[in-house]
Amino acid sequence: MDNGIIATVAALSALNGFLAWLLVLAEKWLADYGECTIRINGERSVRVRGGLSLLSALAGEKIFLPSACGGRGTCAFCKCKVTEGAGPLLPTELPMLNKKERAGHVRLSCQVKVKRDLSVEIPESLFRIREYQAEVGLIRDLTHDTKLIRLTLVDPSEILFKPGQYIQLESKPYEKIRQKVMRAYSVASPSSETKSLDLIIRLVPDGICTTWVHRHLKQGERVRFIGPMGDFCLHEGEGEIILVAGGSGMAPMVSLLAEIREKQIRRKVTYFFGALAKRDLFYLDEMHTFEKDIQDFRFVPALSSPAPDDVWNGETGLITTPLRSYLEKENRAAAQGYLCGSPGMIQACIKVMNACGISEDRIFFDPFS
Amino acid sequence: MKGLSPGILFFASIFTGNILLTYFLGMCSFLAVSGKIRTAAGLGLAVTFVMAITSALNWAVYTYILVPLGVAYLTTIVFIVVIAAVVQLLEMIVERYSEGLYLNLGIFLPLITVNCAILGAALFMVIRKYTFIQSVAFGTGSGIGWLLAIVALAGIRERINEEKIPPALRGPGIALIISGIMAMAFIGFSGMVQIQ
Repeated sequence: MDNGIIATVAALSALNGFLAWLLVLAEKWLADYGECTIRINGERSVRVRGGLSLLSALAGEKIFLPSACGGRGTCAFCKCKVTEGAGPLLPTELPMLNKKERAGHVRLSCQVKVKRDLSVEIPESLFRIREYQAEVGLIRDLTHDTKLIRLTLVDPSEILFKPGQYIQLESKPYEKIRQKVMRAYSVASPSSETKSLDLIIRLVPDGICTTWVHRHLKQGERVRFIGPMGDFCLHEGEGEIILVAGGSGMAPMVSLLAEIREKQIRRKVTYFFGALAKRDLFYLDEMHTFEKDIQDFRFVPALSSPAPDDVWNGETGLITTPLRSYLEKENRAAAQGYLCGSPGMIQACIKVMNACGISEDRIFFDPFS
Repeated sequence: MKGLSPGILFFASIFTGNILLTYFLGMCSFLAVSGKIRTAAGLGLAVTFVMAITSALNWAVYTYILVPLGVAYLTTIVFIVVIAAVVQLLEMIVERYSEGLYLNLGIFLPLITVNCAILGAALFMVIRKYTFIQSVAFGTGSGIGWLLAIVALAGIRERINEEKIPPALRGPGIALIISGIMAMAFIGFSGMVQIQ
């Protein structure tokens, strides 16, 4: 009987051990493609170890392409032009690329593996993306489920970004979560403030990074982030600026408003902010200050489901309700729309804006994903 | 089973004892990846490839390791491990040495690590006490049979998707009905050879 058990355990472990050993060997010999050269914009080259995805290989050289899904091929942020050496398009890339992109050698860098020398083209602005070490200078409750995190930069000690851009914060392992994840958060501080960044982070139920920020992150802790990224920013124009945000979509708007104040942009600005109930509103004092400082600025908060004891005489309903009644009042074809919030909210707002004469090319948005 | 020649077994496992249409093994990928003939053929080829290799390997593992050690009751779990490891290995080899093959076939390999038709074929070969040659013939034949079934279904689905299908039957509903009819048609072959 004992022998039987020992034989079983031995046979099973030996077999599994052998297979594991075989796979480790294969990983070492087969998945090793030697050193490859990646030529960037025909100007400079980096040498990397082959076998990695292009995204990881570039990140290893401190060239960070934006990526929100962590290399699973679902967010399509990591697109870049690969002019040589990428091989044919993979079925995993096809759904993410339109005809023009397919013809223009655009690839998803998380799906392209570096197996030989590559030539890639990366927009110059992405070179400004780099890794930063920072210290948590301040954690403040804005509402019951939203916190303001202030990151004081350590190395490098300054960051240049455009208002509206975001950074990717790296979480640390906690409790049962073993892996580190990168999540994108918009910067909520003025771009003139280069030594620290404010982030507005709302707790997402079961969200790996937001739970970490809300439950585990302490003042004074060192964190790592990369950035700045994103092309959500203020565009030139004469007409009115209409900002629409929900929840933590407040963040890039604060940065945009600070830019409008600093540059003394003389355009009419109206900011619609959607929240559930009164307890979900925040930054009201800051908005009052903006209303005083910016010549023609109005802040319009709306509650979609006020609590029974909320004393509220402002707008109610989904944010599209006050937005629609405001837009219908007069012709606002020259206006620009800036949206930040859930994809559903953004779609609904785009519909309302289109119906009121603001065309797609005048609407800019930054959806949570 | 000594009586059946490998050639007949090969033929029989494609037609009379089709692993998919007779035993309904490997249904999940059969239903999920049968939208386009091209993709279906890619997956079918990958299944054939893996089935041929793993039935040979599993035969060796069973005959030379499990039986001599008296641990034949571990067959199922050992086969699963062997299949998973082999699929992983194959993916690495194919990716390294043949880009074309990787594009058409390699990307499906992770999908079939847990394809029950592959485990099924290996277990049948044990139950029916096949010899090595018979096992390889049976494994390859079953793979081709599976390929045939999924390509046929994909062909029918490509055509039928252009027609008006009652809403309640769209998607897997109609696919199940089609495969039922195909299975009945395959019963027609069963008079030729029996491989039970």
